[in-house]
Amino acid sequence: MLFDDPVFASRLLTLLTLSFHIIYATIGVGVPLFIMIAHWLGIKKNDYHYIMMAKRWARGYLVTVAVGVVTGTIIGLQLSLLWPNFMELAGNIIALPLFMEVFAFFFEAIFLGIYSYTWDRFNPRKHFLLLIPVAIGAGCSALFITIVNSFMNSPQGFDFIDGQLVNANPLLALFTAAMPTKVSHVLATAYMTVAFMFAAIAAYKLIKGSNHVYHKKALHMTMKIGLVFSIAAAVIGDFSGKYLAEYQPEKLAAAEWHFETEEGAPLLMYGMLDENQDVKYAIKIPFALSILAHGIPTSEVIGLDQFPEEETPPLIIHYFFDLMVTIGGFMVVLALVYWLGMKLSWSFVKANWFHWIIVLGGPLSFLAIEAGWWMAEVGRQPWILRGIMTVDQAATSSDYVGLMFILFAALYLVLGIGTIVVLRRIFKNNPVELELEQYEAKQGGEAK
Amino acid sequence: MSLEILGISVLWTFLFGYVMLGAIDFGAGFFNAYSIMSGKQHILSKIIQRYLSPVWEVTNVFFVFFFVGIVGFFPKSAFYFGTILLVPASFAIILMAIRGSYYAFETYGTKGHKGYAFMYGISGLLVPASLSVVLAITEGGFVSIVDGNPVLDYWALFTSPLSWSVVVLALAAVLYISAVFLTWYANKAGDSRATTLMRKYALSWAVPLIVAAGGIIFELRFHIPGHFERMLDLWWMFGLSAILWVATVWLLWKQKNYGVAVWLLIGQFALAFYAYGISHYPYLLYPYLTIHEGFTNEAMAISLVVVFVLGFILLVPSIYLLLKLFLFDKDYVEGNKKKKE
Repeated sequence: MLFDDPVFASRLLTLLTLSFHIIYATIGVGVPLFIMIAHWLGIKKNDYHYIMMAKRWARGYLVTVAVGVVTGTIIGLQLSLLWPNFMELAGNIIALPLFMEVFAFFFEAIFLGIYSYTWDRFNPRKHFLLLIPVAIGAGCSALFITIVNSFMNSPQGFDFIDGQLVNANPLLALFTAAMPTKVSHVLATAYMTVAFMFAAIAAYKLIKGSNHVYHKKALHMTMKIGLVFSIAAAVIGDFSGKYLAEYQPEKLAAAEWHFETEEGAPLLMYGMLDENQDVKYAIKIPFALSILAHGIPTSEVIGLDQFPEEETPPLIIHYFFDLMVTIGGFMVVLALVYWLGMKLSWSFVKANWFHWIIVLGGPLSFLAIEAGWWMAEVGRQPWILRGIMTVDQAATSSDYVGLMFILFAALYLVLGIGTIVVLRRIFKNNPVELELEQYEAKQGGEAK
Repeated sequence: MSLEILGISVLWTFLFGYVMLGAIDFGAGFFNAYSIMSGKQHILSKIIQRYLSPVWEVTNVFFVFFFVGIVGFFPKSAFYFGTILLVPASFAIILMAIRGSYYAFETYGTKGHKGYAFMYGISGLLVPASLSVVLAITEGGFVSIVDGNPVLDYWALFTSPLSWSVVVLALAAVLYISAVFLTWYANKAGDSRATTLMRKYALSWAVPLIVAAGGIIFELRFHIPGHFERMLDLWWMFGLSAILWVATVWLLWKQKNYGVAVWLLIGQFALAFYAYGISHYPYLLYPYLTIHEGFTNEAMAISLVVVFVLGFILLVPSIYLLLKLFLFDKDYVEGNKKKKE
């Protein structure tokens, strides 16, 4: 059966868990910044619409954080359950950021709990202060966990002699070559994705006939922030290309179907491979790969011919790469058109069809996150720790991984459906118009 | 104190924190379900929800701290325990996932139905049962090495009186700890009906607890030689623990000083927990893995300790704030939380 091989089953289960967790993790990292901005704008502009935004976002956020805690606990344990040999080796050198991540998350969880349950116990300014540790904790969680992933891509800080890890320097292992681009890309894309998620919700409300200025404010604010972070993500993506060319050229070459080492290499988008591994139907952008890799059109880009076949990543990552880049580029253009349109009062940016595109941008951004991680993780194959340990050597010898896959798949289905049902119930039974009316009535009552 | 002793002490403390907080959480879920099923509708729900809402994620983090920490300080434990615990640990986290998420769905969302409360209560018993089995496994006798890989003998584990005694002890402890804590909490909230009910539960679980604990010590005598003798060397810790148990029960019986009773309870379990831990030394997994062989390199150990201290400095005031706002704030506990500061 498909699951007879524990290595393959472990890879599939890890793929499943990470693909599910990354949705909640992205929301978990991104949303606190937006609650903070909304809460701050509410105080600054003395506009309770923004306070209400912070309040409602925080309410939904609690649900996704709860599921994120659960899936995060699962992936944390599965690292040891599915990849015991890897964790035995890596525990010696990269346990530090894992440990720090737990602290960061703990810090965030405590203050999120306090923030969420104390709306009527603090005044807005004091209450705002509670958000700072939440956002810092969320950002640091992403920082530390991405440091671990960076280490898997470009391990350093130790010597590897006769299968033994010696002279460990845990601090050096934190600051690997992959770390700056990876961490900044993860943070920027999390903020970008969450911005477009909130924009999609606001646009959807506007399409559905709610003409409330609350949704317009939310849309405007999140699209502007989305524009900033999507541009940042693209720029950092360019640096990531330069990192790959220098430290993991096989990943870049596989993502680009770049078989022969050559100067002035073109960038291939889309297309397909025939049986002789010739590229067909691809769009060729001359010199673009050399620019992505080194910033110079004529520079030499290492191809897959430099690597033994068993160390070549699967070529499917080309499509993951294309998907990520295409969506990323599309979102930059969409946000830019929206921003210009609002500035120059082009009427179509307020049209329903344009709002529908914004709605589509929400799920697309999440798809780009998934594609990016698939490329990062599948593109590291066959290594779990690049150049040192392969996934075959790392996986568990236990026979029951296939069974566990089925159980966890069922669990994620339940959790996913549960999240959607609960979020819908929270917001459907308590629409913003109603909540604003209640607020206004209460304020009016207090003023008298 | 050597670094490995320091490391295991830190981890053992995290585990103790999880055992206590988790027990309150698991037991509360069970009592909640039980009171609904037995028609004592929602006497407890309000009290339980008010305590658990802001705290459950913190409880979970103690558990994560423990397993991340043990891989950090003792990387070899990832190899041994990671390989043999795939099935029991997967079951435990799936149950914890259902529990944590549905709890959140219920609290943050809108009210669910009875079936859910039942699931929640049952999982509160199954999680400690499946986690506590790990302690039985570490006693040795259930794991063999085949082709260089550790393999767990499920049948031996399933038919061993030791593993079942551990499960019984875990369940009795969960229900007793939870009942004592909630007696105090309900009393503080001024809810006399809930206090009476929880006090009754606490008293009725006190004797099964001590019987189960005695049973385990008896079992260990026949299981692996050595451990029982090391436990006898620590007779004074277990004895002190038993005295604290008597004092707790006496206070509950007399219906006074519930706050002191909770502290005595913590003392009782701390003494027994650490005495058991010390007698387990030096083995993490008998007879394959000791804390000395399994220990990480010195640089990692020192950096983990430094991070731990720094993290602690950050967390202690935060947890203090949390407790001050939700556990020790009279208005919040009583349910009148409307006030501006």
